[in-house]
Amino acid sequence: MEELDGEPTVTLIPGVNSKKKQMCFDWGPGEMLVCETSFNKKEKSETAPNCPFIYIIWKDVDVYSHILRKLFNESHGIFVGLQRIEEELTGKSRKAQLVRVSKNYRSVIRACMEEMHQFAIAAKDPASGRQFSSQVSILSAMELIWNLCEILFIEVAPAGPLLLHLLDWVRLHVCEVDSLSADVLGSENPSKHESFWNLVTVLVLQGRLDEARQMLSKEADASPSSAGMCRILGDLMRTMPILSPGNTQTLTELELKWQHWREECERHLQDGTFASSPRLESLCKIMLGDEAALLEQKELLSNWYHFLVTRLLYSHPTVKPIDLHFYAQSSLDMFLGGESSPEPLDNILMAAFEFDIHQVIKECSIALSNWWFVAHLTDLLDHCRLLQAHNLYFGSNMREFLLLEYASGLFAHHSLWQLGVDYFDYCPELGRVSLELHIERIPLNTERKALKVLRICEQRQMTEQVRSICKILAMKAVRNNRLGSALSWSIRAKDAAFATLVSDRFLRDYCERGCFSDLDLIDNLGPAMMLSDRLTFLGKYREFHRLYGEKRFGDAASLLLSLMTSQIAPRSFWMTLLTDALPLLEQKQVIFSAEQTYELMRCLEDLTSGKPERADPDAQRLQDDDIETTKVEMLRLALARNLARAIIREGSLEGS
Amino acid sequence: MEEIYAKFVSQKISKTRWRPVPPGSLQTAETFATGSWDNEENYVSLWSIGDFGNLDSDGGFEGDHQLLCDIKHHGDVMDLQFFDQERIVAASSTGCVTVFLHHPNNQTLSVNQQWTTAHYHTGPGSPSYSSAPCTGIVCDNPEIVTVGEDGRINLFRVDHKEPVRTIDNADSSTLHAVTFLRTPEILTVNSIGQLKIWDFRQQGNEPSQILSLTGDRVPLHCVDRHPNQQHVVATGGQDGMLSIWDVRQGTMPVSLLKAHEAEMWEVHFHPSNPDHLFTCSEDGSLWHWDASTDVPEKSSLFHQGGRTSTFLSHTISNQANVHQSLISSWLSTDPAKDRIEITSLLPNRTLSVNSLDVLGPCLVCGTDAEAIYVTRQLFS
Repeated sequence: MEELDGEPTVTLIPGVNSKKKQMCFDWGPGEMLVCETSFNKKEKSETAPNCPFIYIIWKDVDVYSHILRKLFNESHGIFVGLQRIEEELTGKSRKAQLVRVSKNYRSVIRACMEEMHQFAIAAKDPASGRQFSSQVSILSAMELIWNLCEILFIEVAPAGPLLLHLLDWVRLHVCEVDSLSADVLGSENPSKHESFWNLVTVLVLQGRLDEARQMLSKEADASPSSAGMCRILGDLMRTMPILSPGNTQTLTELELKWQHWREECERHLQDGTFASSPRLESLCKIMLGDEAALLEQKELLSNWYHFLVTRLLYSHPTVKPIDLHFYAQSSLDMFLGGESSPEPLDNILMAAFEFDIHQVIKECSIALSNWWFVAHLTDLLDHCRLLQAHNLYFGSNMREFLLLEYASGLFAHHSLWQLGVDYFDYCPELGRVSLELHIERIPLNTERKALKVLRICEQRQMTEQVRSICKILAMKAVRNNRLGSALSWSIRAKDAAFATLVSDRFLRDYCERGCFSDLDLIDNLGPAMMLSDRLTFLGKYREFHRLYGEKRFGDAASLLLSLMTSQIAPRSFWMTLLTDALPLLEQKQVIFSAEQTYELMRCLEDLTSGKPERADPDAQRLQDDDIETTKVEMLRLALARNLARAIIREGSLEGS
Repeated sequence: MEEIYAKFVSQKISKTRWRPVPPGSLQTAETFATGSWDNEENYVSLWSIGDFGNLDSDGGFEGDHQLLCDIKHHGDVMDLQFFDQERIVAASSTGCVTVFLHHPNNQTLSVNQQWTTAHYHTGPGSPSYSSAPCTGIVCDNPEIVTVGEDGRINLFRVDHKEPVRTIDNADSSTLHAVTFLRTPEILTVNSIGQLKIWDFRQQGNEPSQILSLTGDRVPLHCVDRHPNQQHVVATGGQDGMLSIWDVRQGTMPVSLLKAHEAEMWEVHFHPSNPDHLFTCSEDGSLWHWDASTDVPEKSSLFHQGGRTSTFLSHTISNQANVHQSLISSWLSTDPAKDRIEITSLLPNRTLSVNSLDVLGPCLVCGTDAEAIYVTRQLFS
């Protein structure tokens, strides 16, 4: 047993006083049943439970969110697309594909976040508003983590471009600046706006130096006294060497240029160029990567990873991936300054900076209330071939384990189960077994739903499940007196035993009513008739009636006889068949040949001689026997007369 | 077919239907109804694709469809049909058939008429009955015909509480869909591959004609009648095959066309340009079948919109081969000649496309992946 990674969360069951009462529970695939027991240690008299309810406890709560359903559905498409990415695809094109997939995932998260945000604003009562807002912040954190993982693990940016990516990352997630900028520029006199300097500082902190320069020029226009200083600082901003994506310069060249630029900045600071304007001076300090100056802007930086990226931008622009964790750790320590302890999000980001993928996934699994995030992220990282070495001591590998958890959650949901199927499909080890267990438990309230479930099973050659689903439907149809439907389902399941049972019902109904129901089905059985002997008999017997109806007596007679001689007809039905032969025997022309008549007689004798003598005949049975005896006698008479006529006819035919 | 808009709606869509445009008007389709299934709470919803009205505050861009109103529906929506401009008929898995009325003034839906036990099973030998899903409906003002898993056919009039006519045990298996053939005649398809024609003028429980696929008894899931040639019928089956039937002759399909890889859930002739046919399937695909021989000439007609105008110009422009078109391009189809052009309309297939509807240049479809797709440029 491993040690626990965190305190387990406590869920309180409303109405149950857990201090006094005991509770019992049962595990389900995605949920748990809990109820209060009537067990009582001390007082035996009190037995009635106070809480008369059984509670269902959901494990993966987010599955039930109305808005997140869009996330699940849309990401399902991306997931399936990712699994189909050709394995042969290697090198650059593969990486580009994976980055594209990652961006698609992120845009889905963003879309969801925006919608959730709209709901939070529109929420009528504060409680649900708060709930939506907390969901927004969770989604936002998910996107933040995903984006960082994309940069570090999927993009695998080298020194140089790495910082550009990190800058984009910070700009995307600390986005108050845009509304601030619109606010300031929209005012009559921007440079006198109360947030003007905040804006300029944030722009510098985010490395958006062009915009900062434009702001400074506004200040220069407004106050001629500081125009000179603003121009100098603006020049510094303009000349700061940065790596541009299309540029071919090497890192060493860049570093050299950057050193020169930095020395120039330092000289200005030492010369006291900005001495008369503390604001400009602090901006210059920021651009020198002065940690104290940066930490003064804690409010504007808002979090430690912003601080980290700004610090790297102005002091180590060509930071190597391998050194990241060092700067990250020190930035976190400096930013928090021992005043507060890191939160789960901080730990996750720190683990990412340390390139510890497993720690990232583990921390996310603990912190987030859904499996969606870790399952999809792990799957994507697995496609980047980053997880192959890691195997769990239980089940399969980590990717599969997380996907199974997620898919089980989907199957526990009333309507998202269809999405789960594809996730199980891509779990090579335990996916199929899980699907088999889950699919049988889907409630089938309409045939259309059943057909969808059947299609899923048939596509995957899950014959056992196909049989069981068809049997359920056939059973239901029998219960509803829909024999035709029942027969169709048992034919589809190739369930001979059940087909026999239904055929017997048909024959029984025929004996009772004297006519067939569901002729449209029985007349069109085709090759399906061969499924069971009884079904074959049913089909053939109906064919006999049709032939008889069409007055094709000769064919009808030989079919009837063959039904008995080939033992297809159940013995219990022979009497009915022989009675059916009566009108044929009484026809004007001879239908049964002498040989056929002998056969019929043998059948009749078999039937009568095989009957055991009854010991205690009651009145009803006596009457039944009476009818039976009359029937047999009539048959014997008819057979004898037919035999006589047949012999005469055959004899005279031979003679002529 | 450049622009197709997708919107995820957090419910599995079982049916999508355009609201009919008033006869003779030049309006194009702008409102459609959807029904959901397999949710804990199902809804019948009305959507608008117009550029007017309540756009989303986060800037619903042009072409994106917006929810107008919705109403809770008990059970899965198994079928959905517009009765007229304001009324929608919905079939439920609970065997209930409901007529909803749309109030355009305050954008709400209300229940106008309801037959709660239109379809039901009778247990063996007991009077107790359990509900049976109603699987299909067809409307022809003022009549509504419904079919169900109980093999029953009901004929309702919208203003009558009691059914006008009921055929119990019309079919020994499940009836999957129904359509009008000629006015008192309807056509049903069932789960053992049969088409049955019923004439309401005849008494009794027997169909006037049975057509069937040979031997295999492949269930048929959908049926649509050619809008101009009432004897031409298209059906889609469990194996994804498209069958074209001529109900005047023979008991077998005229042609069998290999189509989808799984159940074909719906088939629709284009109402004003019936050389075009649309099918959707459980395999997640949506296909456009084009059997017109002179594609460029006909497609230009569609920019005029409007049902009547298109039809008129169709006959005028093709006067030279009027006879040809009377025979119908669907019946003369020789698979060897490969004259039908098929295009797949959805970019990447995922889960089942359950329903589609076409009207003028517009198409709407709904999927199990909880997305509704709309395009307004079918023929561009």
